[in-house]
Amino acid sequence: MIPELGHFALWLALATALLLGVLPLAGTLRERDEWMALARPLATALCIAVGIAFVCLTASFVRNDFSVLYVASNSNSALPLQYRIAGVWGGHEGSLLLWVTMLCVWMAAVASFSRHLPQPVVARILSVMGWVAVGFLLFTLITSNPFERLLPVPADGRDLNPLLQDPGMVIHPPMLYMGYVGFSVAFAFAVSALIGGNLDAQWARWTRPWTLAAWMFLTIGITLGSWWAYYTLGWGGWWFWDPVENASFMPWLAGTALVHSLAVTEKRGAFKSWTVLLAILAFSLSLLGTFLVRSGVLSSVHAFATDPRRGLFILAFLVIVVGTSLALYAWRAPRVGLGSRFALLSRETLLLGNNVMLVVAMAAVLLGTLYPLLLDALGMGKISVGPPYFDTVFVPLMAPVVFLMGIGPLARWKQASLPELALRLRWAFAVAVLAALGSGWLAGRIAPGTTLGLLMAWWLVASVATDLWGRVKPREGAGIGARAALLPRATLGMMVAHLGVAVFIFGVTLVKTFEVERDVRMDMGDTTTIEGYVFTFRGVRELDGPNYRAARARVEVTRDGRKVADMFPEKRIYRVQRNPMTNAAIQTGFTRDLYVSLGEAVDGGAWIVRVYYKPFIDWIWGGCVLMVLGGLLAATDRRYRSRAAASVTPAATPAAPPPLAPAMRRVGTLEHEAP
Amino acid sequence: MKSLKFLIPLALFGVLALFLAAGLKLDPREVPSPLIGKPAPDFKLTRLDDPTASISRDDMLGKVWILNVWASWCVACREEHPMLVEFAQRKLVPVYGLNYKDVRADGTAWLSRHGNPYEASLFDGDGRVGIDFGVYGVPETFVIDRKGVIRFKQIGPLTPEVLRDRIEPLLKSLQA
Amino acid sequence: MTHPETRFARVVLLACLVLFGATSPLRAGEAAPAADDPALEARLVAITSELRCLVCQNQTIADSHADLAVDLRNQVREMLRRGDSREQIVAYMTARYGDFVLYRPPLKESTALLWFGPALLMVAGLVVLVVVLRRRARLPDESFETDDDTSGPTPAAGGPTS
Repeated sequence: MIPELGHFALWLALATALLLGVLPLAGTLRERDEWMALARPLATALCIAVGIAFVCLTASFVRNDFSVLYVASNSNSALPLQYRIAGVWGGHEGSLLLWVTMLCVWMAAVASFSRHLPQPVVARILSVMGWVAVGFLLFTLITSNPFERLLPVPADGRDLNPLLQDPGMVIHPPMLYMGYVGFSVAFAFAVSALIGGNLDAQWARWTRPWTLAAWMFLTIGITLGSWWAYYTLGWGGWWFWDPVENASFMPWLAGTALVHSLAVTEKRGAFKSWTVLLAILAFSLSLLGTFLVRSGVLSSVHAFATDPRRGLFILAFLVIVVGTSLALYAWRAPRVGLGSRFALLSRETLLLGNNVMLVVAMAAVLLGTLYPLLLDALGMGKISVGPPYFDTVFVPLMAPVVFLMGIGPLARWKQASLPELALRLRWAFAVAVLAALGSGWLAGRIAPGTTLGLLMAWWLVASVATDLWGRVKPREGAGIGARAALLPRATLGMMVAHLGVAVFIFGVTLVKTFEVERDVRMDMGDTTTIEGYVFTFRGVRELDGPNYRAARARVEVTRDGRKVADMFPEKRIYRVQRNPMTNAAIQTGFTRDLYVSLGEAVDGGAWIVRVYYKPFIDWIWGGCVLMVLGGLLAATDRRYRSRAAASVTPAATPAAPPPLAPAMRRVGTLEHEAP
Repeated sequence: MKSLKFLIPLALFGVLALFLAAGLKLDPREVPSPLIGKPAPDFKLTRLDDPTASISRDDMLGKVWILNVWASWCVACREEHPMLVEFAQRKLVPVYGLNYKDVRADGTAWLSRHGNPYEASLFDGDGRVGIDFGVYGVPETFVIDRKGVIRFKQIGPLTPEVLRDRIEPLLKSLQA
Repeated sequence: MTHPETRFARVVLLACLVLFGATSPLRAGEAAPAADDPALEARLVAITSELRCLVCQNQTIADSHADLAVDLRNQVREMLRRGDSREQIVAYMTARYGDFVLYRPPLKESTALLWFGPALLMVAGLVVLVVVLRRRARLPDESFETDDDTSGPTPAAGGPTS
């Protein structure tokens, strides 16, 4: 009954989505208010229908309804409840339903938080999102129905893949999908602006918080995925340039470019058509990712069960969505105005430079990911492109971006002065060089790669500090505190996010240079010592988990005679799928991780144990968290929160450099220009 | 015309879509053999049925023959085996087996249970010869010509279509 | 849904190697390295971590615990002991499995675009940027919007349509 209800709800949702795609949009073309007014109610109805379907699938999992094929393939009666729920998105069909559900969440958010937008704009945006929903719902219903029945009903299910039976699995896909799908909002804003012809700074102001929110979720999703791989897979790696990882990283790069481009369009009305193109690009990359993961075109550890028919459907959908939007772009973009004038050296140019480099980096990742397919399709043989390629190519492309990140925030809008920039930044540059060499020397090694990484990270820190000092140093009777209080959140957000990048670079550089890995054979009482930490093997015992059997070792860690931790690495065999799983034990610290994983038993009751010392590795994810925090600060800037303030035109007159401030409730100084 | 440059993104996407469409027909996991058109690697292995007798690559020069890689632990081999037995009965070319990473007793028992199409099976217990042939899965089948050059490799079980459309015509041309 | 293999790799393999020393299980002490020759092992890992395992194709030969990967690691170990160079080992692998086995694509005509593409894209991107900006700089002031037009929302609640 429940599965049938869910299936019916999906058909209902499809019908609603079609209406949503057609009526409000037609209403804007024919200026029929009553049709345009249908946008919000239809969107709400769509969300309810999809919500019902999602709840029905979840209920089937929770109730162990193995008459549903998808539940039987991804669950088991011994599976703990939280993983039964996570199993909803453990396979292809269910994860598609999650995709559509996330789309509805965003749609509901847009419907609720768009009261300040004109009716035709809201109508267009929700219609475009409705069309995206139509595509995914059709795909689900025709090729990937999660509610398909299985007869005869098996006694028990095939269990969720043990690698997915982990807290990371419960939140990583939802966060990731919130990010992917979130870019559909920016996409819808862009397409609706192209259709309606209202591409201006106003449009950028509306779009920016939505884009930031999607970008934040995508950052969280990717960070979680990386961290999860680190602690689950057992050998301490955290990024493999796997095609599916790249499929999530490319929209992130495009999204980052978009966020910065929107800043310029919002502030100065410039780059409008470029920003629109980026918005289309970011979502297109999300859709491309969906295609790559589910079509079988690339071989990946993350890929779902593949089926060329499904691949063909997604490709058709991709061609329609991206093709139509790019055709619309080609038609409308030539008429878009140029925005304000700016000089060859200005913050605008530096941001454009940043954009170009980010898009080039994204193109490089795309090239590497698709090159094997390219050669194979041309009959030129089969090759593999893996981490050695990406590591070689990506870092040199990022170095200019980091360099520009230091300069951009200090450059003036409209016209920057090279002497002034050089003056302000010379201190930062000197500090960066000295600090890079100094910290390398302190840590015991000065190597070219390490120094470059440290230089980039210290450069960012020093330039953020320079920028911050410039904005808060006391003057004209205002003390530091007073000036700091006036800092717009968006500026603060930018600084925090850029510091996050610095922290990330520190983490990567230091762990790659100084990590220690050691494989040893350990008997009871044997020890091994790394960087002053003494690891003592205290034996292995067998135990039973809810759906697995494990051999669990105890490794005692001491330092300078004092106990640091007890670590419990395990080897598990899950009863149903019978793959052996290694669960590493990790002792997390601010400046280092201790990582122990259990190998095989050898003669004499000893075990092979792998011990790692990984300095600063948590800074990698810590940096990403800072980036998210920065995004949150920027997204909650006053000008997005105060609808009232937004409708008051600024009293300040436009001036030649320095440029004018955005609308503010009280007239402040001209320096508080948010990025 | 200035507006032509705005068509560039659409054009680039079109090219990409074409490649993706082509990709749908390909299998990214299949590894083509670099040994096609090259001499078969040298080997000298004992016979499965007689550990004292051995066969080397040079023994096989002068005739066209088929090498089929199989193992008693290989499930997919059972799929193609009846076809192979039938094919061998037609005596078009001698069929030799490469018993890959197996145990002699298990291999012999498997053959007596499922039929033995092979002139002889070569016992490759440690899989070294398999590696030299670029074997990465079982079953695999090679067609080798009179000069000892590998002319064809089938990855995975043989099917009637492959036998009929690719192997038999090749054998005819090699024996002419 | 695929079943990703866990990585237990070298540990399984190393367990089969002759154990270093003959530490009595009763006497606890400094744990011995799992491998006979850690320096050789390190070179083994460096080379095999750039080779693709053909069985579970999303792992390196260093990480995979498929039979073929274990065999190939043994093979490489022997070759290293024999004194073969990295180039010789890579040539051995590609002779049998083709370029597909290399995670670092070799530089050939067919991969020239792959290796030089990113740099070319960067140069092209920056050139286009400079050209566009220069052209923009030469346009008269009338082509641009003034700061008035661009900042702030429009006063009418009906919303802009142009």
